[in-house]
Amino acid sequence: MSSLSHSLQWLSSDTPATRTQAKLGAIYRLLRRFLTHPIGVLGLIMVALIVLAALFATWLPLADPVAQSLDQRLLPPSALHWLGTDTLGRDILSRVIHGARPTLAIVALVLLISVPIGLLVGAAAGLWGGWVDAVLMRVADVFLAFPRLILAIAVAAALSAGLWTAVIAIAATGWPPYARVARAEIAALRRSEFIQAAKAIGVSPLRLLVRHALPLSLPSAFVRAALDAPGIVLIVAGLGFLGVGLPPPQPEWGAMVAEGRALVFEAWWVSTLPGIMILWLSLGFNFVGDAMRDVVDPGVK
Amino acid sequence: MNNVQRESAAPLLDIENLRISFPTAQGRTEAVRGVSLRMGRERVAVVGESGSGKSITFRSLLGLLPAAATVSADRMCLEGQDLLSLGARGMRAIRGRRIGMVVQDPKQGLDPLMTIGSQLVEMLRLHRKAPAAGAYNRALELLAEVHIRDPKRVMGLYPHEVSGGMAQRAMLAMILSAEPDLLIADEATSALDAVVRHRILDLIEEQVRLRGMGLVLISHDLDLVARYADRILVMYAGRVMEELRGGEMSAARHPYTRGLLACRPSLDHPGQDLPVLQREASWLQ
Amino acid sequence: MATVNPPALRIDNLVVQRGTAQVVNGVSFSVPHGGSLGIVGESGCGKSTILRAVAGIDQQWTGQIEIGGRPIGVRRTLADRRAMQMVFQDPLAALNPSHTIDEILREPLIVHGMAEQEARIVQALQTVALPLTARFRFPGQLSGGQRQRVCIARALLVEPEVLLLDEPTSALDVSVQAEVLNLLSRLRRERQQAFVLVSHDLHVVAHMCDRIAFMVGGRFTDVLTRDQLRGATLHHPEAQRLLDAALTH
Repeated sequence: MSSLSHSLQWLSSDTPATRTQAKLGAIYRLLRRFLTHPIGVLGLIMVALIVLAALFATWLPLADPVAQSLDQRLLPPSALHWLGTDTLGRDILSRVIHGARPTLAIVALVLLISVPIGLLVGAAAGLWGGWVDAVLMRVADVFLAFPRLILAIAVAAALSAGLWTAVIAIAATGWPPYARVARAEIAALRRSEFIQAAKAIGVSPLRLLVRHALPLSLPSAFVRAALDAPGIVLIVAGLGFLGVGLPPPQPEWGAMVAEGRALVFEAWWVSTLPGIMILWLSLGFNFVGDAMRDVVDPGVK
Repeated sequence: MNNVQRESAAPLLDIENLRISFPTAQGRTEAVRGVSLRMGRERVAVVGESGSGKSITFRSLLGLLPAAATVSADRMCLEGQDLLSLGARGMRAIRGRRIGMVVQDPKQGLDPLMTIGSQLVEMLRLHRKAPAAGAYNRALELLAEVHIRDPKRVMGLYPHEVSGGMAQRAMLAMILSAEPDLLIADEATSALDAVVRHRILDLIEEQVRLRGMGLVLISHDLDLVARYADRILVMYAGRVMEELRGGEMSAARHPYTRGLLACRPSLDHPGQDLPVLQREASWLQ
Repeated sequence: MATVNPPALRIDNLVVQRGTAQVVNGVSFSVPHGGSLGIVGESGCGKSTILRAVAGIDQQWTGQIEIGGRPIGVRRTLADRRAMQMVFQDPLAALNPSHTIDEILREPLIVHGMAEQEARIVQALQTVALPLTARFRFPGQLSGGQRQRVCIARALLVEPEVLLLDEPTSALDVSVQAEVLNLLSRLRRERQQAFVLVSHDLHVVAHMCDRIAFMVGGRFTDVLTRDQLRGATLHHPEAQRLLDAALTH
């Protein structure tokens, strides 16, 4: 354990010797503040449980998620099948855990695409103002005007339903909020002295954007991403529910809820348990996002 | 200690051994370490550099510190009334009505969405210092008392439409409207021009004198407050280093005060290197 | 006038607009290499605006600005920018809070393509008497005086011909101000650095500069040397008030 305490000391040192140590130290301090928020920690645990289960799904002692067993249909939760079986006799526990994978994958991909695009567009608009600002923000408005779920359905119907169509559709409508907030933050900083000092030094507009403006819009972007994730989870589930998500027999929470729709009174576990997972993941992300907001509070210098 | 204390009544402000600490990443920091002050209706200046604890000391009187702060004192009384044991309601009754505070940025105390006049009227009604019908006229009177020319016009202006000096006068009018016993001016003039600064301080001094109030002038500017105070407390690192009589700054004996006075640039010895304040570790004990 | 040794900075009839108002109404002066000019006046008189126009921050100006004999226009080249640097009033606001001091000092070197960055950064820190342990800290972790030293170091890294200082010590405690003023004096002596210092505090200006210009309403009303200050009669009552107020302290 002494190497752990040594590392922690290295991270919390207030005389860092390298840039890496300084940046890691800053992240470490944010993490420590995060850990003082019990709800945030709870959310982190909730999300982490699902992420870990999904990552290691193939190694866990689970039943085959797609193996049908028609004489085992609609069994209630028991010692053999912890969460029961569905209409085709497949083990629900296994399907629920395997079903986390596409959901998490889509959340990650959507965020990885929409956040950088949104930040770049917004920071550029905020930093340069003028017609750049006007054009970029109108483009953002156009994408913002589309209702996310409906567009996702339309795109899935137009291109064949699948993981990437969902990602593209959700990301396409997901980037404008990041752009708008980044624009507002950076526009407020445009007149600040360190930006003027940088210009006076001769820093080029591109470097101003990437090295000065973007790093400052990152903290709040993280918070928003954490709070965006539940919405993405719900859209993915919605797509699956409506049958335009991933093609069967791949397990997916929304589709599972749809399958058990007619049986809610006889076999409640078929719909309810995947539904609880959706709730669990969304709630976890919400808790994390709220705690992150407190940690990253821009009012504190 | 030069105490100006009324024998017959309790002193206006009686603080004994005030200690305030905050949790920080490095453990608990003591921002105020045993400050004592007893004052009547007189003018006391508290000078110190940033981090000396001068603002925090007086904000604790009004309960304006973050919740994480720990405040303890042997005694903290306003005219005999204990301030430490007051709950939130008690604090609200004190704030404004018994103790008023003028801060550096008047825009912080003024609501940007209301005209100055409506805010003043609201304060008067809130502290029940004027009947509904007479509040408007009383507000006009107050603005005139703080030497605002054309009070009628200013009543209808929003805070962002007036200059810093005028906003500070309006702020002062609002605070005086509640007729407090003690006025705390926390860097009230730091954001103002040199000339306006003196005018505002003259005004504060005049009002405090006319109304028989006590005044605490908090500032980092030694020269400024020397003219406006009966007593001067010099603070460093959460402690009172020295107490001087007003106008007798040159009689300072503590090395910190002498160091502060010596390191100012002056027209008497232009161009020479300024003596640098050597901080002794012993001052932190 | 001989052009053999052009002044570090020469301003001729500078007029600066802000919107419809004329903030600077025709100001002319020159500062030789190794010389210094202090501009003192109330807030709103336009003194900071002069610096901002010279530094290229305010762009609505007319007149002539020459640095080392070379005329400078509204649009600045990289070489123009290198020739003058500015130190701002609030050191906390003048530093990007998400950059380490190392990055802050490295940036001008990268932008102007200067080599030996490591050595220059270490030297810059030593020049302004900052400990090397501060190098990888963030601005929020430094004291006010240390931050201003970083700003001064940053300005000096590119070796400008003229240094512009806008109320450099107004946001600092008195004791810290003394240290920073001593630093600036030392730098000026050692490097023969020309500078223009703007402040509302006549004590600071008189301490640092050989020549002092009083500014009222966008114009210079008087330009005196340091020695001429005592007992001087100035042309404008406001300037006289400033001088008298400072002398009585």
